[in-house]
Amino acid sequence: MATTYRTCPSSGLQFEAHAEKLMRWNAVVAVLWLLVGGITAIGVIMTRWPAFKLLPPDQFYTILTAHGIDMLILWILFFEMAVLYFASSTLLRCRLAAPKVAWTGFWLMVVGGIMTNVAIFQGESSVMFTSYVPMQAAPHFYLGLILTAVGALLGCTVFFGTLVVAKRDKTYTGSIPMVTFGALTAAIIAVFTILSGAGILVPTFLWSVGLIKEVDAQLYRMVWWALGHSSQQINVAAHVSIWYLIPAIVIGAKPLSEKVSRGAFLLYILFLQLASAHHLLSDPGMSAEWKVLNTSYFMYFAVMASMIHGFTVPGAIEAAQRRKGFTNGLFEWLRKAPWGNPAFAGMFISLVSFGFLGGISGVVLGTEQINMLMHNTFYVPGHFHTTVVTGTTLAFMAVTYLLVPTLFRRKMIMPKLCQIQPYLFGIAMSITGLVMMGAGTLGVSRRHWDMAFSGAPFQYEWPGAAYLMMGMTGFFGVITIIGGGLWIFLVVGSLLFGEKLEAGSVSDKPTPIPAETPAAAASHHGSDHVGVPGTVVLVLALLVSFVLYYFVNWKYLSEVWLLS
Amino acid sequence: MSSILPPSRLWWKEPIAKTEWLWIGIAFVWGMIMFVMMIYWHIYGKQNLSNEAYKTSPEMFAAKAEKFIAENTIRTETDMDIPVVKVPPGGDGYLIARLWNWYPILELEKGQEYKIHLSSMDYNHGFSLQPVNINIQVIPGYEHVVKMTPTSTGTFAIVCNEYCGIGHHTMLGRIYVK
Ligand code: HEM
Ligand SMILES: [Cu+2]
Ligand SMILES: [Cu+2]
Repeated sequence: MATTYRTCPSSGLQFEAHAEKLMRWNAVVAVLWLLVGGITAIGVIMTRWPAFKLLPPDQFYTILTAHGIDMLILWILFFEMAVLYFASSTLLRCRLAAPKVAWTGFWLMVVGGIMTNVAIFQGESSVMFTSYVPMQAAPHFYLGLILTAVGALLGCTVFFGTLVVAKRDKTYTGSIPMVTFGALTAAIIAVFTILSGAGILVPTFLWSVGLIKEVDAQLYRMVWWALGHSSQQINVAAHVSIWYLIPAIVIGAKPLSEKVSRGAFLLYILFLQLASAHHLLSDPGMSAEWKVLNTSYFMYFAVMASMIHGFTVPGAIEAAQRRKGFTNGLFEWLRKAPWGNPAFAGMFISLVSFGFLGGISGVVLGTEQINMLMHNTFYVPGHFHTTVVTGTTLAFMAVTYLLVPTLFRRKMIMPKLCQIQPYLFGIAMSITGLVMMGAGTLGVSRRHWDMAFSGAPFQYEWPGAAYLMMGMTGFFGVITIIGGGLWIFLVVGSLLFGEKLEAGSVSDKPTPIPAETPAAAASHHGSDHVGVPGTVVLVLALLVSFVLYYFVNWKYLSEVWLLS
Repeated sequence: MSSILPPSRLWWKEPIAKTEWLWIGIAFVWGMIMFVMMIYWHIYGKQNLSNEAYKTSPEMFAAKAEKFIAENTIRTETDMDIPVVKVPPGGDGYLIARLWNWYPILELEKGQEYKIHLSSMDYNHGFSLQPVNINIQVIPGYEHVVKMTPTSTGTFAIVCNEYCGIGHHTMLGRIYVK
């Protein structure tokens, strides 16, 4: 297929025509889903805020199902497709393999997403995004998800194909850049994830139309979480790639050691798949040995990988800053970092919040025995709003500040508001996540319409602190929604009304990377060997918090009833 | 920095800085400590979730539970006449999870060990004992035998914390510990 290549004059990035269009459409649809998800978040948060209790129960559960699907699956997946095309075609400066297949995938995802949402809003599919059997949704709920998954699978194959094209056309020398490597990790995990998804959603769909008599409830949970958990690993691989990408573009950072960072990505592929076990720790059907093996042997290697990225990402920033001359004391590099650049600020808040809140809480929650203290409590959504929201979503928001001028050729409107947005969203959601975990520690349930149990045969009064935490969840949740709404406003506003930027030269052949541009920084490999004492202090702080919080929870556990 | 040229040294041959090795080492050791902690707790800890579970069916489980209730009921409570059942110390108690109640009310004694059988008649439910805060998944088709020893007395609530439909928030059960 004939195509052209446009070189962005400010960044030096090169966009192939098909890939460019696909990235734009995927990103735009992603933002629309975030918008829908954000609107549902208002219903969710205002209902769980005990002072308001906005919606009646049936609407609350419908809205919550939509919130989970539209945010966790649709917003993230569409954006990830754009990331995959960017990391392959754009960074490797080659044409996209099989654009027709990519468009087929895109439309399958669009149709699937709409289909599932129709099912949800018809009201007969309020089964939550986990759709545990034997609770049954309408057949088109499952069918929509299956179409979406097939669409995403097609997107992944186009990504792999593009890597092959780049290799064959020799558009790069040596190894693929780090960011592409991270995206490759994400895509490989995605294939596994989607196949597991098919393995469970197809039988469940057949069951919903009456062709299969029964789906075992425990088996469903096990296979479903092979989908549900690994898909989070895709997100982590994708947002870690963005953590490497943004500092590379903004301050020219290079990984401390390519070998270490790539090795850490590799660990994700090797060890995360069976960590789906940590969703089943308080289930009857699995043995303790199985639980311990899968949570530790498999999970802790992935945790180790994340801890490595947690060192090398800030380390790369420190090294680049020190090379620029910010060498005073331990933290001049950090103080003098480009905090006014929303891409950088968002990326860094994402890193810190994911590490300190999402990471630590996730490992503690995933400890076999400690899980009993938190399973299905509000702690769980608290934990994953500090992974998939302050981690993944915020990283995606941050990189968009770079994509709007290069990919969409528009200047961001209202730069002052852009500067504030990542702080508003990131900090508010971090606090929301924390107080949600606080409420969960006190036992408050997730997915629960009424913590006062109206209509129950008995009474149970939660401690006052639990009500306080839920009130704070409401308050900070609303601020987060404002921060998210602001981002949508700024992005959509810029796409529609932002000052048009120059397209740059167009050629019908890929062109080499202009030196000394952000594009060069993002696709260059090689390591940065500069001492990073500030980063050492930061990661030690992480370690100390981690160890303390971990053992505090064992202490809590030792105080409950005896179980054996 | 001319990025279109291959880097002077191939990345996989570059040395790794000492601090990086050190951090990798720390992360690895910490992972091992967390691994050993779970095993240690299985041996020395007093809060481990039982492994004992059987495949069952709602009918089979309900039959066993009804027999248990018929033999051990000491009184009924509320205008719904929910039986309060005294579980024989050291013996077996049955707790049914169904839309939308926990049935029956159990009465236990502090310091005694009980084998509590949990199963669901319909959807997934969540056994969430409050304010103790022990949370266990209850799955239809599986009978989970959990050995528990109360260490405090009073009236405890069983909140359902797995979404189970429109009446989920009314699914509140009770356990007395004397
Ligand atoms: C914009 C601000 C947001 C707020 C205030 C918010 C609030 C909440 C709350 C309070 C819950 C728990 C409801 C419950 O268990 O009763 C929840 C659930 C959830 N949220 Fe969010 N959220 C936001 C954004 C997001 C984003 C961006 C994502 C994903 C990328 C996300 C993914 C989820 C998921 C997967 C659930 C679980 C739904 C379930 O339990 O089935 N949320 N949200
Ligand atoms: Cu229930
Ligand atoms: Cu329930």
